[in-house]
Amino acid sequence: MANKTAESISRDEFFYGHKACAGCGGSLAVRAALKVLGPNAVSVLPAGCMSAVGFNFPQLCFSNNSIISTFAGTASMLTGVEAGLRARGYKDFTAVGFAGDGGTADIGIQALSGAIDRNDNIIYICYDNEAYMNTGIQKSGLTPFGAKTTTTPAGKNIHGNIRPKKNMFEIAAAHDIPYAATASIGNLPDFIKKVQKASQIQGTKYIHVIAPCPTGWGVAPDETVAIAKEVVESGLWYLAEYENGTFRLNYKPKEFSSVEAYLRKQGRFKHLTDEDIKIIEASRDKKWEYINKNFEL
Amino acid sequence: MKKFLSGNEAFAEGIRLARPQVISAYPITPQTIVVERLSEMVEDGSLEAEYVHVESEHSAMSCAIGASAAGARAFTATSSQGLLYMAECLYYASGGRFPIVMMNADRSTALPWNIYGDQRDSLSQLDSGWIQAYAENAQEALDLALMSYKIAENKDVSTPYMANLDGFVLTHTYETVDIPEREQADKFLPPYETDNRIDFENPKNMAFSAGPDTNYIFKFKEHEGVLAARKVINETEKEFAEIFGRKYTGLIENYLTDDADYVIVTLGSIAGLCRETADKLREQGIKAGVVRIRYMRPFPNDEIADVLRNVKAYAVLEKDISFGNEGTVFTNVNSALKKSGINVKGYNFIGGLGGRNISASDIEQIYSDIANGTEIVNFIGIGGGNNG
Repeated sequence: MANKTAESISRDEFFYGHKACAGCGGSLAVRAALKVLGPNAVSVLPAGCMSAVGFNFPQLCFSNNSIISTFAGTASMLTGVEAGLRARGYKDFTAVGFAGDGGTADIGIQALSGAIDRNDNIIYICYDNEAYMNTGIQKSGLTPFGAKTTTTPAGKNIHGNIRPKKNMFEIAAAHDIPYAATASIGNLPDFIKKVQKASQIQGTKYIHVIAPCPTGWGVAPDETVAIAKEVVESGLWYLAEYENGTFRLNYKPKEFSSVEAYLRKQGRFKHLTDEDIKIIEASRDKKWEYINKNFEL
Repeated sequence: MKKFLSGNEAFAEGIRLARPQVISAYPITPQTIVVERLSEMVEDGSLEAEYVHVESEHSAMSCAIGASAAGARAFTATSSQGLLYMAECLYYASGGRFPIVMMNADRSTALPWNIYGDQRDSLSQLDSGWIQAYAENAQEALDLALMSYKIAENKDVSTPYMANLDGFVLTHTYETVDIPEREQADKFLPPYETDNRIDFENPKNMAFSAGPDTNYIFKFKEHEGVLAARKVINETEKEFAEIFGRKYTGLIENYLTDDADYVIVTLGSIAGLCRETADKLREQGIKAGVVRIRYMRPFPNDEIADVLRNVKAYAVLEKDISFGNEGTVFTNVNSALKKSGINVKGYNFIGGLGGRNISASDIEQIYSDIANGTEIVNFIGIGGGNNG
C-alpha cells in the first residue's frame, strides 16, 4: 500500500451526517483515520462524544462497520471483535477503537492495558480533548494543570485542575507495545501517516491525538486546528513515536511559541495567574529536558 | 463415553462439544476449573477457539460481546463478585441480542467475604435480560452447556444464556457423566449463523442509541425474545432426547406433585435432598412433593400455577434474600399464582446463604411447618419474621 497523505486519502466519507459541535476536533480525527483505514475498518467507540453524535437510531453515521462499546470496554470489545472476525476466517480488516481521554486514561485504562499485554492486533486511537466533554466538561485524568472544568472550578482557593496530565503515550510504551505515537489534529499529515503506519504493524498500536474541543476549551469553532497547532508549537504537546523499544521525536520546534499566548486564548485558562503560567512553563521545560535526553530525533 | 467428572469439568466437556470460537476467561473461585479445562482443550487441539486471557470480568463479557458482534460463538464463565463486576455488560449483551453463553458458579456475594455457594449472585441479575437456567447435577450441567447455544441462538430468541451451577456443591462434586459423541453433538448443534453481526458486504452500525420514541420498542422485542425461549427450550429438549436419549422437562421438574398436599418449590442442587425427604414423608402417609425450577428466566408462570393449583400449602426454599422483603424466587412464584387467580398458603424458607448446610431434617421441618402454618418468611435455623 502506498503511503497515504492528506492529498491521497480516500474521497469517501465513513463518518458523515453526525451532529458533532461545529469545530469538533474529535470528529476530525475519526474522519481522517477512517479515510486511511478504509471500508474494512471496524470501529469500536465507547460511550462518549463520537458515539453520542454518530449512533442515534435511525440516524446512523458510520458507513463502515461500527459498534458502541461500554465506557470501560473499548479495548476489550476490540479484542473480541478482532478475535471473532479472525475465528470466522476474515483476514483483511482493521479493528480500530476511538475513545476519548476519560474513556482511555480513566475508566478504560485497565482494558487497554490488558489488550496491549495480550498484544491483540488492534489500533487504539485516543482522541484527547482534555476533559469529559460529552457530559459537560468535567475533569478527566488527561485534563491539564490549571484548566477550569465544571468539576475543577477556578476560584480564589483553587485555580482549576491541580494535577498534570497522565502520560498515556509513555504508559502505553511501558508495556513494550509494538507501536505508539502522539499526534495532533493540527498536523493531519503527521496523524494520517501514523494511522497508516499503525495499520501495517502486527499487534497492538496506540495513537494519542490531541483533538481540541471548542466548547470545552473556550475557543471559537474556527480556531480548533490553529489551537491544535499551537499546543505543539508551544511545547505543551509533542509529536513522537515509540517503536522497537525506542522513542523518536518527529518534530522539534526551533523555538517554542509563547505558553502564555496559548493559554490566554482559551476560556478554560483565563483565570490563571502569572505564577500558574510559570509552573506550566517549568513543567514543559522539564518534560523537554527528558525528551531531549531520551528521544531520538 | 462415561467419565467421572465434577460439575465444572462436565460443563467444560459440554462447551468443548458446542465449539465456541472465542472464549474470554478470567478466574474466580469456584469457577476456575472450567476455564482451566478449556485452556487445556485449546492447547491439545481438541477445541479450536481463540482463548483470550482478559484482565477482568467486565472485559470478559465485553470481549464476548465483541466476538458475538463479529458473528462468532462466544463463551465465558464467572461467579459472584465477578458476575456483579460485569453486570453492566450483561444488560449490554442482552440488549444487543448477542446469544453468548456463560456459566455462573453460584456463590455468595461480599460482604462478609465468602466463597461458598448461594444463589444471590445470579438471582440479583434476573432483570438483566438473560435466560437463566439452574442445573441440579453434573450431567444436567453438561447437557445444558450443549443445549444452551441452540436455545440462545434460535432466531426468535437471540438472547444470552446463563447456566448456573451451585458453587462447590455442584461445581466441585464428582459424578459419573455420560459425554455425547462429537458427531452427534455436531448434528444437534450446527455452527452459529446470524444477521446480527459485522458484515463487510452490508456494513452495520451496532449497539446504537435509541431515544424515547423507539427505545421501548427495542425493549419490547427483547422481552419477546426471552419469552420465545419457553417454546424453544421445549423443542430443544425434545430433539436432545431423540439424539442423546436423556429427557428434560422444560422450565420446571415436578416430583410426586400429582396428588401432593405439601410441595417445596426450589432450584439447583438442593432439590435431590428435597425429593429424598418427600419419599420418606410419603412412607409416613404425608403427601409431599417437590418442584424444581430449572429456568428462572423465562419464568415458568403457567407451569407453577398448574402444579400448585390444588396443594394445601407450598414452601419456596431458596438460597437468596432480597433484603427488606423476601426471597426473590418466592416473589416470582407468588406472582405466578396471583396471575392465575390461585390462592394457596405459601411460605418462604431462606437457607444455605454463604454455603451453610441445609440438612434433611431442615427440609422435613419445612414440610411440617407449612402443614401446621408458620411465619411467611423464615430463615432456616434462625427463625421467622414477617415480611412487612
